Amino acid sequence: MRFLVMVKGTKDSESGALPDPKIMAEMHKFNEELLKAGIMLAAEGLHPSSKGARVRFSGKQREVIDGPFAETKELVAGFWLWQVKSLEEAIEWVKRCPNPFKVDSEIEIRQVYEAADFAEVYPEMVEREELKRAELAARK
Amino acid sequence: MTATDTHRAIEAVWRIESAKVIAGVARIVRDVGLAEELAQDALVAALEQWPKAGVPENPGAWLMQAAKHRAIDLLRRNKRIEQKHDEIGRELEEKQERAAEEIEDAAEDDVGDDLLRLIFTACHPVLSAEARVALTLRLLGGLTTDEIARAYLVPEATVAQRIVRAKRTLSEAKVPFEVPRGSELEARLASVLQVIYLIFNEGYSATAGDDWMRPGLCEDAVRLGRVLAELVPREPEVHGLVALMEIQASRAGARTGPGGEPVLLLEQNRVLWDRLLIRRGLAALERARDLIGVPGPYLLQAEIAACHARALTAEQTDWRRIVMLYSGLAQLMPSPVVELNRAVAVSMAYGPEAGLELVDALKDEPSLKSYHLLPSVRGDLLAKVGRVAEARAEFERAASLTRNARERTLLLGRAKKQTDQ
Repeated sequence: MRFLVMVKGTKDSESGALPDPKIMAEMHKFNEELLKAGIMLAAEGLHPSSKGARVRFSGKQREVIDGPFAETKELVAGFWLWQVKSLEEAIEWVKRCPNPFKVDSEIEIRQVYEAADFAEVYPEMVEREELKRAELAARK
Repeated sequence: MTATDTHRAIEAVWRIESAKVIAGVARIVRDVGLAEELAQDALVAALEQWPKAGVPENPGAWLMQAAKHRAIDLLRRNKRIEQKHDEIGRELEEKQERAAEEIEDAAEDDVGDDLLRLIFTACHPVLSAEARVALTLRLLGGLTTDEIARAYLVPEATVAQRIVRAKRTLSEAKVPFEVPRGSELEARLASVLQVIYLIFNEGYSATAGDDWMRPGLCEDAVRLGRVLAELVPREPEVHGLVALMEIQASRAGARTGPGGEPVLLLEQNRVLWDRLLIRRGLAALERARDLIGVPGPYLLQAEIAACHARALTAEQTDWRRIVMLYSGLAQLMPSPVVELNRAVAVSMAYGPEAGLELVDALKDEPSLKSYHLLPSVRGDLLAKVGRVAEARAEFERAASLTRNARERTLLLGRAKKQTDQ
């Protein structure tokens, strides 16, 4: 199963300043361990929210809100995508991660839906997909 | 933390650390079977102590140290026994003294090389292919005997016996705990790659049973491949195998229909292909290409898989390139199965008649006598050229040959469709 592992934002990450070289080096080492364990599918860091935007939905209305956003700890500063066998395994790996910032910080772990999850809950959705395919084939 | 929570945490730690611990201890005791027992002892100690004392801050180091202490104790005990024997001279004793020092030093070393030794030992050719697979999953995949048994649909006792026998064979054959050098490295690496690909394939197209795929096994194999690619980054075939597995795994979500029945490659909904895995596969392919002159079989197969992955629709497939790649593969490892695949590619690039000609040449091939894909492919080509009755017979024959229930249903369906037309 896959997990999205999100490093939550801090004042540091929102400032846009590059992280401390010591922390960078520690993070690099941790990432190497993840690679050597064969569990890391993707890893990215995000620019501060001042360079981002949000789109708020309300009925048919769409409102664009420019960053930066308040509530720093609700923001995401970077993420990994891991393939492991259980939530516990993901937690064990996160516990080995160096603190990404000099200040207190948080890392959130969320399981990613797979196609199979949908097939169980929404078989009709997969079926509709099948129908669409049949239709396309018939049109050829 | 409740006791169950702690147990689950320990299980997770074990999954992450077991291979490293076994490998680290194996370097001391030079016997993977014994190393596994000592590592297990450390795990038992953790199961006893952690629920009371809490999971230590660095659980991996705790396990490693506990297992290594046991290993050193064992060696000292053995040494004492040996000292009692008259035939043991002073020299040997000194050597062992030095060995003990080396052990302490070794405890500090990087674990990467130990892991590599463990992979090469578990995949040693003195073992049968089945034993290599079971041992690799057990020692490197951190799978329990029960999990391996479930994945391969065999009784747990069979797997347990396979593993016990494999460990004994390694010990009796005095297989050194090492990564071979020179030309032997190449031969042994081939065995390692084969074992990983066998595991992947068992997950990808289960040879028997009711399920068409066992994704857990695919994940284990891909992970092992990625580990190997980090450990031996200069070997193009390792990246070739990783590329092949990543790209094939990218199709997992599209390979089954709503009822769990298999969906053939060209009929798959490519929207369901996992683009991230495809990207990773293509990147691994690049790494392999950067290293190499003449591509090996895994790299060629990965190139073929990449042709499919790059085509957004089945119609966009570059079949001429695939024919070329299969020709290269046929030269490198001539086999009737490769020839059959080449025939399919030829039929797609140059028409069903051209393909049928190649398939007909394989009809009397003894090694394909019970291979269900031969009549299945032949049936497909016969249907395309309008020889409906023959096609039906071939699909029925293919259905009678497959051991996979899902595949049988699919083939019988295709046979029936021939008469309905």
